[in-house]
Amino acid sequence: MPSPVIETIGLTKAFPGVVANDRIDLEIRAGEIHAIVGENGAGKSTLMRILCGLYQPDLGEIRLRGVPTVIRDPRHAIKLGIGMVHQHFMLVDRFTVTENVILGAEGTRWGRLDRRAARRRILEICDRYGFDLDPDLAVEELSVGQQQRVEIVKVLYRGADIIIMDEPTAVLVPQEVQELFDNLRRLAKSGKTIIFISHKLDEVLDIADRITVLRGGRKVGTVKAQETDRRGLAEMMVGRPVLFSVDKEERAPGEPLLKVEGLSLKSGERYLLRDVSLEVRGGEIYGIAGVEGNGQTELVEVIMGLRRPTTGRILLAAQDVTGLPVGRVRGHGVSFVPEDRHRRGLILNMTVWENLFLGRHRARRLTAGPLLRRIVMLGEADELVQEYDIRVGSTGQPVSSLSGGNQQKVILARELAGQPRVIIASQPTRGLDVGAIEFVRQRLIAARAAGLAVLIVSADLEEVLALSDRIGVMYGGRLVKEVAASETTAQELGMYMLGSTTGAKEARDHVL
Amino acid sequence: MIGGEMLASAIRMTIPILLTALGAIHAERSGIVNIGLEGMMIVGSFWAAFGAYHYGPLAGLLFGIMAGGALALVHAAATVTFRVDHIVSGVALNIIAYGTTRFASLSIFDRATTSPHVQSLPAIDIPVLDRLPLIAPLASNVSPVVILTFALVFLTRWVLSETTFGLRLRAVGENPQAADTLGVNVFAMRYAGVIISGLFAGLAGAYLAVEHTGMYVEGMTQGKGFIALAAMIFGNWGPIGAMGASLLFGLSEALALRQVVEFIPYEFFKMLPYVLTIIVVGGIVQRSRPPAAVGTSYERGE
Repeated sequence: MPSPVIETIGLTKAFPGVVANDRIDLEIRAGEIHAIVGENGAGKSTLMRILCGLYQPDLGEIRLRGVPTVIRDPRHAIKLGIGMVHQHFMLVDRFTVTENVILGAEGTRWGRLDRRAARRRILEICDRYGFDLDPDLAVEELSVGQQQRVEIVKVLYRGADIIIMDEPTAVLVPQEVQELFDNLRRLAKSGKTIIFISHKLDEVLDIADRITVLRGGRKVGTVKAQETDRRGLAEMMVGRPVLFSVDKEERAPGEPLLKVEGLSLKSGERYLLRDVSLEVRGGEIYGIAGVEGNGQTELVEVIMGLRRPTTGRILLAAQDVTGLPVGRVRGHGVSFVPEDRHRRGLILNMTVWENLFLGRHRARRLTAGPLLRRIVMLGEADELVQEYDIRVGSTGQPVSSLSGGNQQKVILARELAGQPRVIIASQPTRGLDVGAIEFVRQRLIAARAAGLAVLIVSADLEEVLALSDRIGVMYGGRLVKEVAASETTAQELGMYMLGSTTGAKEARDHVL
Repeated sequence: MIGGEMLASAIRMTIPILLTALGAIHAERSGIVNIGLEGMMIVGSFWAAFGAYHYGPLAGLLFGIMAGGALALVHAAATVTFRVDHIVSGVALNIIAYGTTRFASLSIFDRATTSPHVQSLPAIDIPVLDRLPLIAPLASNVSPVVILTFALVFLTRWVLSETTFGLRLRAVGENPQAADTLGVNVFAMRYAGVIISGLFAGLAGAYLAVEHTGMYVEGMTQGKGFIALAAMIFGNWGPIGAMGASLLFGLSEALALRQVVEFIPYEFFKMLPYVLTIIVVGGIVQRSRPPAAVGTSYERGE
């Protein structure tokens, strides 16, 4: 049996009011891909931060290659061979790949940066592990997947043989995930140890050799990936059985509530949207699938009135709303869950109750002349917090103090409370953990059951498949395919997402 | 109409702007806005006159440089360590510079607005060039600081793009968190950037007092510290670009000094640098791109 390269014994770290890591015993073997899973707040990040020297444990011991070790800070960690790839990339956009890699570990000749030697070493590393990367390009010109590769090369360049990946797939599209996994497998095969933090169960089962589950700061257990499945892992994570297949009752769709006809959007000479037509009926969920950046964002923005289409019409229950300002579109009973909840969905510095009434604050019962009726609002806010199970001490807290899942619930509560007829939700579960995802999905299903028209845009194919009645695939600004969810598969959709209309081979070529 | 004499005058006008712009580049590339450069020029000009009066012109320049650097240290402490808003700190320093200089002038020279006359450095004739017909006025009787300034343009460029220091300085101005995770000392780099900017501005002020005018006069900086910021933006945060922009500003100042064309009032030329600045800062000429993290404070958070 391979010896443990990292071992923690009784590792404990407490913050005011919460024990983030409670006596964690972890054993990670050389050359394995070891996943650490848990819901948000389970203690994964704290554990990783201890391992890469950002936090010092209160109690317990870390043994590195059998030797008790104190990891003083991130620089020390990298000296010990532990490198971290952060979820949010730590890259200087304007620098080239080479400059990013050497920063902090520069070599010089006669006082001058030795870019040539660095470049050579980077190419060697790329060669050895089969990474496709041009060291002379500026990082801002790279795709997200390539940027992540730069991060990995950064730690390899510094000689790390233990690589901690913090939620590495959160920012990737499915094809990039596969590429990342290929790269990680190659690294592991050449003897590197990989610690993979995630809350996406399918991915973890796919990539990991062994999986350690954390819950509420404690270790629930370590299992071999082959000896468990989604259901088992989810139950370990959440502490109760989790519903995966969203049960939706059969439902005959009603009248079309949202209709988009021949919508095009031009920016300069480029078409961001080209002749998109679709309709969403009452009691129906219409899912839009596609690799990000193929016009989904623009489509939603045009429907909401955030952008004016070049040509085409938008009808809400047969009423033309094309070109109306956002407020008027919303007035027609449209709710909107934007894809970026921090930038567009919430005002982070404002309180929970204020956010719950943003955009709805003009309602008669909430105002007295020019004044807001705060007492009424506070009362309703409390009801919403109850109903949507938003975990918050008081609605007077700034919404920025909430976890991602609870922030999303605030948005959902606000948008559904206005009694809309149409809901447009972009990436409704992005970055949420299993429990919160389940909640959000149930709410959307409930909206469908209540006869609302629901349009969802999601990068998560599985989600689109699970929720939607019909699915439209967008590619290059066009709606290239429309199918009933029951009559398609993730594979087929993936093909259309890559622009192929003929077969799987072409799709594969595109990835390579 | 624009003769060699005029160009020589333009270059003399360029120097304080260019020096300060080079300083500003160091500060902004490290992520700190230094709007206190004007104040650093003021203290530089006064203390240079003080040093030159007592110990000669070279000492004068050193005094000016140190005074600018000292004021910059305050700005660095405020913005980097105490995370004060960069603009607020800069404006405060400008006011402090003005007040303390007037006070010091009164107590040292018994006059609020001027110092006694001081000696300049011996002027240089650049060999060979001073014989060429067109260039002669530019190359003869030149202050050594002028030559130093142009040398500093290329030194700055080299340091920023080719050295470890330059790479790290730019990194903390673009993404301090990334730099921090790679073991770059964000605070040290930002202190360095700001202090260097003060040294440059101090030298610019010293040049005005010791080399250009031969004495300290209250208000002699005439907002050149702000013009320098515009030159930096015009030059897209690079030394060569800043040099071009500073020359343009210097030329328009030189034009304003003499009635060149009769039917154009000289006020028009006087206005030019400011109009240019507005056009430039408004991004009409070209899209300039500031360092991504400029104006922000870095806090080592978890």
